Amino acid sequence: MLARVTTFAIDGVEPRRIFVEVDIRPGLPAFTIVGLGDTAVRESRERVRAAIQNSGYEFPQRRITANLAPASLRKVGPGFDAALALAVLAASGQFDVSRLADVAVYGELSLGGTLRWAAGTLAVAEGARRHRVPALVVPLSQAREASLIEGIRVLGVSGLRAAVDAVTGREIPPMPLAALPDGSGAAEPDLADVRGQSVALTAMEIAAAGGHNLLLEGPPGTGKTMLARRLPSILPPMAREEALEVTRVHSVAGLHRGGLIATRPFRAPHHTVSAAGLVGGGNPPRPGEASLAHRGILFLDELAEFQRTAVEALRQPLEDGRVTIVRGQRALVFPTRFMLIAATNPCPCGYAGVDQRCSCSEIDIKRYERRLSGPLLDRMDLLVNVVRPSEQEMRSAPITDSATLRARVIEARARQQHRLAGTAASCNGELDAGLIHARVRLDDDAVAKLGDAYLAGGLSARGRHRVVRVAQTIADLQGRDLVTGPDVLAAVTLRQQVGATQSMAA
Amino acid sequence: MAACDVCLRRTWLVERVSGYLEYQRHRVDDILSLEDQLLIEFWREIAERRGVDDELESEYHDFGVAEADLARERAQAAGLELICACDAAYPERLRRLFGPPAVLHVAGGLRRFIELAQADPVAIVGTRHPTVYGTEVAQTLGRGVSVSGLCVVSGMAVGIDAAAHRGALAAGGRTIAVLPGCAATPYPKTNQQLYDQILRNGVAVSELGTGTSVRKWTLIARNRIIAALCELTIVVQGKPRSGALSTAKLARRVGSRLGAVPGSVLVPQSEGPHGLLRDGVVLIRNPQDVLDAVFGAGSREVLDPVLNGLSEDQRAVIEAIQSGVDTLSALVSKRVHTGDTLMLLAELELAGCVRRATGGRYVVTA
Repeated sequence: MLARVTTFAIDGVEPRRIFVEVDIRPGLPAFTIVGLGDTAVRESRERVRAAIQNSGYEFPQRRITANLAPASLRKVGPGFDAALALAVLAASGQFDVSRLADVAVYGELSLGGTLRWAAGTLAVAEGARRHRVPALVVPLSQAREASLIEGIRVLGVSGLRAAVDAVTGREIPPMPLAALPDGSGAAEPDLADVRGQSVALTAMEIAAAGGHNLLLEGPPGTGKTMLARRLPSILPPMAREEALEVTRVHSVAGLHRGGLIATRPFRAPHHTVSAAGLVGGGNPPRPGEASLAHRGILFLDELAEFQRTAVEALRQPLEDGRVTIVRGQRALVFPTRFMLIAATNPCPCGYAGVDQRCSCSEIDIKRYERRLSGPLLDRMDLLVNVVRPSEQEMRSAPITDSATLRARVIEARARQQHRLAGTAASCNGELDAGLIHARVRLDDDAVAKLGDAYLAGGLSARGRHRVVRVAQTIADLQGRDLVTGPDVLAAVTLRQQVGATQSMAA
Repeated sequence: MAACDVCLRRTWLVERVSGYLEYQRHRVDDILSLEDQLLIEFWREIAERRGVDDELESEYHDFGVAEADLARERAQAAGLELICACDAAYPERLRRLFGPPAVLHVAGGLRRFIELAQADPVAIVGTRHPTVYGTEVAQTLGRGVSVSGLCVVSGMAVGIDAAAHRGALAAGGRTIAVLPGCAATPYPKTNQQLYDQILRNGVAVSELGTGTSVRKWTLIARNRIIAALCELTIVVQGKPRSGALSTAKLARRVGSRLGAVPGSVLVPQSEGPHGLLRDGVVLIRNPQDVLDAVFGAGSREVLDPVLNGLSEDQRAVIEAIQSGVDTLSALVSKRVHTGDTLMLLAELELAGCVRRATGGRYVVTA
């Protein structure tokens, strides 16, 4: 007899519908799985056999052939176990085959017959909705995650027997509780811990309000990392759609179990990370740190120490908001819309230009600067030189705290969203050339100042657009839509070194 | 203006023995002050000691009009103009040397060179491995001196020399680069871009003609031209026994004045200038000190057109930067002015009054 049930494979972060077909015929006892599965799929034969028997069902002693269709797509991981087991039981007549028509099944089996966690449940639930499969059987622990997707009935079950009961309608598990935001209670470090650093705080406020990239440069121990770690505390909360995107990526990467991720991700990979680790890759392709930082912050501490190839690989994702990874015949797309925050020292010893302690020669410094990729620096909207706070500043009260800045950031973002309504961009940092032209209004003075800055020679064409974006955010923070001359000039100062310094280059 | 046959023969001779001079222990300027015959004697000693059989002497005697014309043609093909010591327009100061260069090869225009050589040239020299401070000072001095109408002379080496030239370029480019090899090719090669910029309004000169390669002794021979060409030689940074200090010694020998820029006592690059200062050379802190040293205290003031016509706020920022409040954070927290600091700094930067140096510090370019 033939049984067929729907499940999903995760292709990158996208769900792909897979039909698990099981055919049982008389013959020597055998269990074959075809359909381009990896080792985990082949081993699933043993898990399915044991789980069926240990759940009190009978494993048919006949010739069993399972097919994972479409056979052209490579299938990875143990998530097909539950679907295989249910199809075997239905095909061997232990429950009605027609019960499997309107249900999708996803989960790994243990030998004892319990259903275990498998990565990417949220993406599977999305797939179920997209393909109009009305019900989805998932492990109990994943029920909350799956129920984030509205419009499907999530059947959270603890084991194979419960799964059969749920599918046959003998015992329908209760709908899981509406998923609560996850991890909102975690105390984030607050900017009230910071003393002094008024310029850095201004730059962080602008970066957070417009989603701009920020480079912190300064001697060791002045607070670059401390500031960067506190940036999430002033970012606006994620919209539900954004939160779903983030949860999906983290779920696929196997880093998250449970409900919705409500806080923006903050990823700080170590500087030994490879290009594949940073933007995604491997076989099967997995999302990299850039994708895990989607809708959040990617923090590269000690930027100069990163491998050149790894940092260069970030260029395209930064510009496009997604990365395409080609493996064999397939191209996978991972989302990478993140804010890049980087920190670096100005020279090998770290004290150049700040302290007489620095004895690095011009050549040493040039060599060090060369390790910072020019094209990447061109994509940094804001450059802040973090300096040692003075003794007086260390003793006085903090300039501000996260709650104050966050309120201003949220207000500025609301202004942006209003202005950008109906476009693909949600903040100034995502404006492309066309949108700048259509949605950003500069007054005459601003146009003139922008022209001056461009003529001074330190700006690339891309840099010019980036200055406009930052100037718009500065205007937004002051409650204006119109960009004025002072906004442009402030954006120029906060950008990298313009014009004159070019002549310093040896 | 051109070069006479005798001077071209002298240049040919120096080029010809160039390789042999690499292996002797006498002072370069002593050797170059030898008459042709004595130089040939000197060469013969070296050649015999090393068992070299060379036709040099007969070649020297055969050097005639045809050979001189060939040298002129080669120079012309390389875009060089020549002036020899017999010429009345030959820079007077160079005659202070015991063995002045017989022929100067000039790239960028002979007329321009003569004009620049008369415009109170000041030499700014220093180490090839400066600190950030040294580079900044050299550039500031180069610009300030140039703005005041003086000509900056240096050797176009990496480091202080290049910074001094760049400073002069920022103020119109009246600068002379004295090269150790051929004036038609930059040395070091990495400074090609700088060389091209210098030639727009300045000149490059050399003692040796086309096709000569740079040797250790030609670097020192070059230094003696720098020292002799200027009335004042300023050492910005350099370790003792460095090339910059050799220029200082040569300047003393020809009787031109010396200045030195003080630095941090913690870095070795300051040892050279500090040693000079201890011996009583002129203290150079800014372009004004240079003018005082050249023209006498108080007789001329640095006039910077860029700094005129600034608003009161902009002036306040410039003054704050000059007084050491030079980072963005410090400027913002001091609130030395009424307007928006970020805006003022951008205006000043776009106007070319300040620039950002390593570590985000602002430097007044004047």
